[in-house]
Amino acid sequence: MMMSCKEASRLLSQGMDERLPLWQRVRLRLHLAICDACTNFSRHLKVLRRAVARLYD
Amino acid sequence: MSFRADIEALRPYLLRYASLQLRNREAAEDAVQEALLAALAAESSFAGRSNLRTWLTGILKHKIVDAIRRSSRERPLEGAEGEASADDLEALFDETGHWRDTPQAWPEKALEDKQFLQALEKCLAMLPARTGQAFLMREHLGFDTGDICKELGITATHCWVLLYRARMALRECLEKGWLGR
Repeated sequence: MMMSCKEASRLLSQGMDERLPLWQRVRLRLHLAICDACTNFSRHLKVLRRAVARLYD
Repeated sequence: MSFRADIEALRPYLLRYASLQLRNREAAEDAVQEALLAALAAESSFAGRSNLRTWLTGILKHKIVDAIRRSSRERPLEGAEGEASADDLEALFDETGHWRDTPQAWPEKALEDKQFLQALEKCLAMLPARTGQAFLMREHLGFDTGDICKELGITATHCWVLLYRARMALRECLEKGWLGR
């Protein structure tokens, strides 16, 4: 079943905190392959991570 | 300048740092005071080992974690923050689960952009207190979600929801405050 952006965004966030099960990662990858919006969102999460880690350095 | 004066000069900086994470002026002042006292007592262990600010921030981090631990015991999560479901984020998507506002690419080198970092600090301060705390524990203090759950006394699912909400709110806030979208 095709993953929605809503589900993808939730899993992308959760994936920042723990390793997702293999099947979730595969479904997520399939979604990202065709979805620019979620690909951008995923990049935003990574920028946030790097920026907040450096905050007050 | 004496060690004491060097340390004292960093107080405002440390206070800003603690306030962002504790969201309570008094608690932040207490944490900074405890950190400065601990630093004075440990002067010999510093001995120019590293950057003074980095060293002090390291001590303060522990005091901040202690304070978060205490306050989460005293005050459980309230209101929307107490909700362990992400239903409040439904509004960001349409009935078919697509983004209502499609995330666009951010300019390259956001990390080197002072305005981005300033906007980020403001956006972090605007998050609901516990949501912001959970997020900073994860992304700044480097806790894993298991430890955040334990410290805040919440379930793993609730913890993911707090972090998810924080990230959604931050990117929305940054798009407005930084990119003016």
